Amino acid sequence: MPNMRATKNPMPAQDPNVRNKNFDEVTLGYTEEMALDEAQRCLNCKHKPCVSGCPVNIDIPSFIAKCAEGDFEGAYQVITKSSSLPAVCGRVCPQESQCEGKCVRGIKGEPVAIGRLERFVADWHNAHATVATIMPPPNGHKIAVIGSGPAGLTCAGDLAKFGYDVTIYEALHLAGGVLVYGIPEFRLPKAIVQKEVDNLKALGVKVETNMVIGRVLTIEELQNEYGYEAIFIGTGAGLPRFMNIPGENLKGVYSANEFLTRSNLMKAYRDDSTTPIQHAKNVAVVGGGNVAMDAARTAKRLGAENVYIVYRRGMEELPARKEEIEHAEEEGIIFKTLTNPVEIIPTDVTDPRDPDFGWAKEMKCVEMELGEPDASGRRRPIVKENSEFVLPMDCIIMALGTSPNPLLKATTPGLDTKKWGEIIADDNGLTSIEGVYAGGDAVTGAATVILAMGAGKTAAKAIDEYIQNK
Amino acid sequence: MYRIAKKVSLNPTVTLMEIEAPLIAKKAKPGQFIILRVDEEGERIPLTVAGYDREAGWVRIIFQIVGATTEKLNHKEEGEYIQDFVGPLGVPTHVEGLKKVCVIGGGVGCAIALPIAQELHSLGCEVTSIIGFRNKDLVILEDEFRACSDNFTLMTDDGSYGKQGNVTMPLKEILEAGERFDEVIAIGPLVMMKFVTLTTKEYDQKTVVSMNPIMVDGTGMCGGCRLTVGGQTKFACVDGPDFDGFEVDFDEAMSRANSYAKFERKAHSDACNLFKKEVE
Repeated sequence: MPNMRATKNPMPAQDPNVRNKNFDEVTLGYTEEMALDEAQRCLNCKHKPCVSGCPVNIDIPSFIAKCAEGDFEGAYQVITKSSSLPAVCGRVCPQESQCEGKCVRGIKGEPVAIGRLERFVADWHNAHATVATIMPPPNGHKIAVIGSGPAGLTCAGDLAKFGYDVTIYEALHLAGGVLVYGIPEFRLPKAIVQKEVDNLKALGVKVETNMVIGRVLTIEELQNEYGYEAIFIGTGAGLPRFMNIPGENLKGVYSANEFLTRSNLMKAYRDDSTTPIQHAKNVAVVGGGNVAMDAARTAKRLGAENVYIVYRRGMEELPARKEEIEHAEEEGIIFKTLTNPVEIIPTDVTDPRDPDFGWAKEMKCVEMELGEPDASGRRRPIVKENSEFVLPMDCIIMALGTSPNPLLKATTPGLDTKKWGEIIADDNGLTSIEGVYAGGDAVTGAATVILAMGAGKTAAKAIDEYIQNK
Repeated sequence: MYRIAKKVSLNPTVTLMEIEAPLIAKKAKPGQFIILRVDEEGERIPLTVAGYDREAGWVRIIFQIVGATTEKLNHKEEGEYIQDFVGPLGVPTHVEGLKKVCVIGGGVGCAIALPIAQELHSLGCEVTSIIGFRNKDLVILEDEFRACSDNFTLMTDDGSYGKQGNVTMPLKEILEAGERFDEVIAIGPLVMMKFVTLTTKEYDQKTVVSMNPIMVDGTGMCGGCRLTVGGQTKFACVDGPDFDGFEVDFDEAMSRANSYAKFERKAHSDACNLFKKEVE
């Protein structure tokens, strides 16, 4: 008989006023008792609506059933058939708009906490599993994967399990892509990402860091001189967008990418880091997605007194995960919605040699109201007349999304892209070049970790079919 | 890990290193840059390529000891290794089709100007070089510049060597005399490049400058290296580092360059103290 309680087991978390001063993980994870109890809330529906909400189609009722029996390793084995990065996805997936959004229990209460259970199972496996990785028999075919973010790691993992000889080329000095440079430690501990990368290495995947493909080696060279029979491009969406408002190049104005990379990848939040970061008093993060929440919560942890999320639509329209918004509010982030910056005003200092010259001092904003829905179906924000106001602000972080990195397009003849640089790929990830596949943000523009993983998975299958039929 | 194949001190504050990086050596072109990290805890810093040997597989860097990272780098010896070395990054300097060029180098910027002058010379271009330094003790690469230049002028601010004055003085004389170039290519401190372009603008002489702003990743991801060029925001790492000198907002670039001045001064003195302790 299932547990019919209407609410999820709450997620244990650090106290908001403690955690907003440290970089340790915010949520602590379920205990075994909580996981057993929560798993029993699943009705094990025959038509499995949750599975259709999962971009990689994890057999959710089966893993939860194993979980309810206390067979956590069994549960892990079910998940790992479909997902290569469960410890990551359990933490960063927007479950409310995916699996949990479809859960029948959500109709008359809260859905089953599928994401929390996934995380519990993955963490349990990482802490307890003793089964050695089984190296698949090699099939003698070489594949190159460009980029080691969620798309690349997933594609590489699946291909390695099929027996391919896979090499990942990563531009930065550390593998993981957005999982290491973008998502903060307090939301996704880097040890977890490292563990996933180590798992791939145990499968025989080689990781070459410091390799900017397009510059040091071209796709053509990888195909012709290095003998890779297929290539997967998972280079992500790198290029930050700005607003093109006056004052945007003042000191104290960052892209979220720069601010987060300094803190996450380069560990600028630690006193012993040689990479500097601004410790500001009043910080505005412009944007309403997960990256905006990450940047705001990082700024708070670096000691800012007032941190604002400045977003041109309303609270309801914030695209970030619900949990991130709640966590940000608990930690004291101030939400200034229906607000849009129009200018960043510098300090009054006029002597360029003065160290205070050229820094942001204030941000001029306008109030917005929501009009008729636009092409995307969201209500279009319109400027309210005569609503200008000024906020004191010494740091402004632009979290407005990103465009794909232009480097591969510029150095790969025949690689077709859309207007903003997204690589054109079919449903299987095949690009305009034979044997070259792509997926993740490089194709879609900025999206989620799980969608990138789904694309990596699809491409791995297509690459396997391509090689088998060659 | 990347081995330091050669290390030479060019003057008390400028060091040359040749780093074993065969793949980068095979691809690097004048005007491009690399990013390095000295050790596991180090920051990423960009340095422009100062030379390479495609066969031997090394890339030359020449750096001025100005902060904690360059201080740490300078403490590495021949045969030792640095953690990370990635490149070649950025768009190479445009040299094709140029017949007559004036190359201007200021201080350690000469290290970057030299391979461009050499490349132009090897392509049969007439090269006029003007290089400038604060004083005689800081002069670097004089012989190398002489070897690839049709006309050569060396300036020092205090007149302790070559002619006295800054690089814009002989440039102005040449331009005033009616001489014109396909391009003036100026590489050096921001303030020097600013005044070179102010000078060349008077004569409507096309001028290219090489920008070296603060960077983190160097691959077009962080946007920290952005500059205003022709009223538009450009990223030095993927759109540059070379830009039309008339279009660059130098005052903004100079302001952005000192974003972390306080932090860097502290980090540098911390690093120096650390090395002192090691010596004790």
